[in-house]
Amino acid sequence: MTSVKTSSPPSPPPTGKSPGVALHAGTSDLRALIMNNLRQSGIYVALVVIVGLFAVLTDGVSLSPGNITNIVLQYSYILVLAIGMVIIIIGGHIDLSVGSVVALTGAVSAVLVIREGFPWWVGILAALAVGVAVGAWHGFWVAYAGIPAFIVTLAGMLLFRGLTLRVLDNISLSPFPADYQQVAAGFLNGLLGGDGFDAFTLLIGAVAVAGYAVSGFRTRVARVRYQQPVESFPLFVARVVLVGAVIMYFAWQLAHARGLPIVLIILAVLVLVYGLLTRRTVFGRQVYAIGGNLSAAMLSGVKVRTVNFWMFVNMGFLAAVAGVIYSSRSNGAQPAAGNMFELDAIAAAFIGGAAVTGGVGTVVGAMVGGLIMAVMSNGMQLMGVDQSIQSVVKGLVLLVAVAFDVYNKRRAGSSR
Amino acid sequence: MDDTILEMRRITKTFPGVTALADVSLAVRRGEIHAICGENGAGKSTLMKVLSGVHPTGSYDGEIVLDGTPVHFRGIRDSESQGVVIIHQELALVPHLSIAENIFLGNERRGPGGLIDWNRANAEAADLLASVGLHENPVTPVIQLGVGKQQLVEIAKALSKKVRLLILDEPTAALNDIDSAHLLDLLRRLRDRGITCILISHKLNEVTAIADATTVIRDGRTVETLSLASGEVTQERIIRGMVGRDLDSFYPDRVSKPGEEVLRIENWSVRHPTQDRLVVDDVSLDVRAGEVVGIAGLMGAGRTELAMSVFGRSYGRDVRGRLFVRGREVRANTVAEAIEHGIAYVTEDRKRFGLNLIDDVRRNVSAAALGRLARLGWVNGNEEIRVAEQSRRDMNIKTTSVMAVVGKLSGGNQQKVVLSKWLFTNPDVLILDEPTRGIDVGAKFEIYTIVNRLVAEGKAVILISSELPELLGMCDRIYTLAAGRITGQVPVAEATQENLMDLMTKDKERVG
Repeated sequence: MTSVKTSSPPSPPPTGKSPGVALHAGTSDLRALIMNNLRQSGIYVALVVIVGLFAVLTDGVSLSPGNITNIVLQYSYILVLAIGMVIIIIGGHIDLSVGSVVALTGAVSAVLVIREGFPWWVGILAALAVGVAVGAWHGFWVAYAGIPAFIVTLAGMLLFRGLTLRVLDNISLSPFPADYQQVAAGFLNGLLGGDGFDAFTLLIGAVAVAGYAVSGFRTRVARVRYQQPVESFPLFVARVVLVGAVIMYFAWQLAHARGLPIVLIILAVLVLVYGLLTRRTVFGRQVYAIGGNLSAAMLSGVKVRTVNFWMFVNMGFLAAVAGVIYSSRSNGAQPAAGNMFELDAIAAAFIGGAAVTGGVGTVVGAMVGGLIMAVMSNGMQLMGVDQSIQSVVKGLVLLVAVAFDVYNKRRAGSSR
Repeated sequence: MDDTILEMRRITKTFPGVTALADVSLAVRRGEIHAICGENGAGKSTLMKVLSGVHPTGSYDGEIVLDGTPVHFRGIRDSESQGVVIIHQELALVPHLSIAENIFLGNERRGPGGLIDWNRANAEAADLLASVGLHENPVTPVIQLGVGKQQLVEIAKALSKKVRLLILDEPTAALNDIDSAHLLDLLRRLRDRGITCILISHKLNEVTAIADATTVIRDGRTVETLSLASGEVTQERIIRGMVGRDLDSFYPDRVSKPGEEVLRIENWSVRHPTQDRLVVDDVSLDVRAGEVVGIAGLMGAGRTELAMSVFGRSYGRDVRGRLFVRGREVRANTVAEAIEHGIAYVTEDRKRFGLNLIDDVRRNVSAAALGRLARLGWVNGNEEIRVAEQSRRDMNIKTTSVMAVVGKLSGGNQQKVVLSKWLFTNPDVLILDEPTRGIDVGAKFEIYTIVNRLVAEGKAVILISSELPELLGMCDRIYTLAAGRITGQVPVAEATQENLMDLMTKDKERVG
């Protein structure tokens, strides 16, 4: 995006260090590693604690194969929304309209597929197109007209809820044909057989673990070659083993339920793509730059308007993906669909370490934040906790998470 | 006759790493206009902040005696209750409130039951406005007034607090000639009513015109107090006091061999973004490869505004003029275009405009030229680390790692990160705006060395600085800027602090 005069490319990297060094370099100072990353490690610890807590409170039901599958199916669309939302928040904005957009895109799809009888994929494409158009609408007002996103998307929340009612003529549409329902209720199952479990799911899990290990090792080799600090090799292995164990346990449980949910594949692809997009592309980096210091970004030649515009287009697209998943899962479109989804998505991003002032946050963090909310809601439902108490608990968790973040920042600031 | 209203004795104020005021003493007589003169950063504003309680008692050493009694202000409210009121350079009015609401803000006129008595407030405001010669309805929102009138509202507000000692910090910096004349006239009338004024001003013609005495401050120390009543003290005499120090000898040597012209602007004019006045007025200048060209000017002269308007029109509106890079006229209407044409602007305010403080060194270094590290939009993270490491070595950036957060580095190292960022755009001309502001002496020397190295490599440098010794030590040529106009161009061999200061304080009539 930033174009610069042609010039000689930067000189080649320092050579003479073989990858073998990667086995010996690095620090074992676990405390320092954790303290330097308190914000990130904090939410992982919180997730583990909450999963453990509810496993005990529900006598292990919350970790049963059926329930884990359930959590994935039930909260996938919130996680999809949280991906877009965290990017918006990193850029220093907010989007209050996503619940309405979920409803509108689902409604458009339902009208085309259920009422007009088009094939399932036409509904999905139309929903995505509507989502992108809505995002472009928001992007235009925020980026080019200079209206604060809070106002633009508050207006959008009302506007697109109203359009949903219009599109649906105030009534629910149901049911979708079986093909469409596959999106949220389908499983890849039995492709490779297996006795009482699905071997394919385990294979995918194993591939994921291998991918994690290989990419981690490659990063490590590069870091060492460029003389950057890394964790010690045993610590690195321990981390890979730990993450691998969690993934395999998760896969094992899924394999003993109904197999690999299609939504999980969609979600995994999105997390992977957007994780790379935010960290490794010029666009993603400019989002951080804008949120971190708008004036500095402008004076560095970042095309702030363009970046803001596409941020919202992307949010519209992901809201449409969530809309398709939600309509598929609820097997229809309702005028009140997606109510308050925006708040869950925003909460996920903030619990996951995004900063209210912008410039900070990660896709993975938002996913963990979303999972914390999901596991809590699900656990409390299993325990039969009253809806009112659930809401109180969720509110307090959000408050505590952000308070921790603010405290943490103040601590870092005072040590200057 | 020697009736002293205020005495500040041996005031010493230190900030972490910097001594802003050292043993400053000041005595002001009742009913006089007392000017305080000094270069940017000499300590004038700090002294007034000490006096008005912005820097509370205990945060400085020394004694303040008001009307014979020692005072210990813990904040603005304390000093205002004693009749000491400061009007800052940036006006502190709430734009959408009315004149009367602003005048009585925090000091509301209450009626029975504690409710605000607006009739009384508006009536009193009208009286106050009459006394400062402002003919406006007290219910007019302040935003509808020009800067000159807003200044009068500030003074009316001060009068409402039963002011004994009025401090004005650069009151005419943002005013045009007519408004300035009005304001100075008002100050004379206030003096005749017995109100003592302390006036901080860069405009020495104003100082000699209306002040009864002036105290000159330099490098945080009192130099002298001159009585202006006789009219014998000239502007040149004051300037000598302001700059009278030896040129520090720590500017590294450089062989000057200017090459081809790299950047030239012609008839460059810039209008203030919200007010109807020219901030930069018909400026032309040029800079050659291998040359350091200085721009000297006092605060408000339009130096930064000139630089930022050239850099992709980042400041002002209605920018007019022609821009030439290597003899060819170019358009640089956005920052991206300016960077493309090889222009880099290193801001004077690195924290606000230069760095993403919450991000690491690596990403700050690459921020302005991420495209050089990317293919099809994908950033090569390893290359980025290598570039950052190279900058760290070349610039001697002291940090534990290039992954360290920039906000935690010292000022000097932050400045080196900003420089690295702009050097990575591979510019032909670097505009350095106050590159050594707020950094320690050692880091300054390193920055100078880096600048000389860049110039030796054939880059062109425009150096904007408030420190005249720095300009004299680093530049080949120096332009002086006053009120948005170029008032002179001096080869360094002929430049002295005195003749530069004289050119910098020229007003429009003297420019001709």
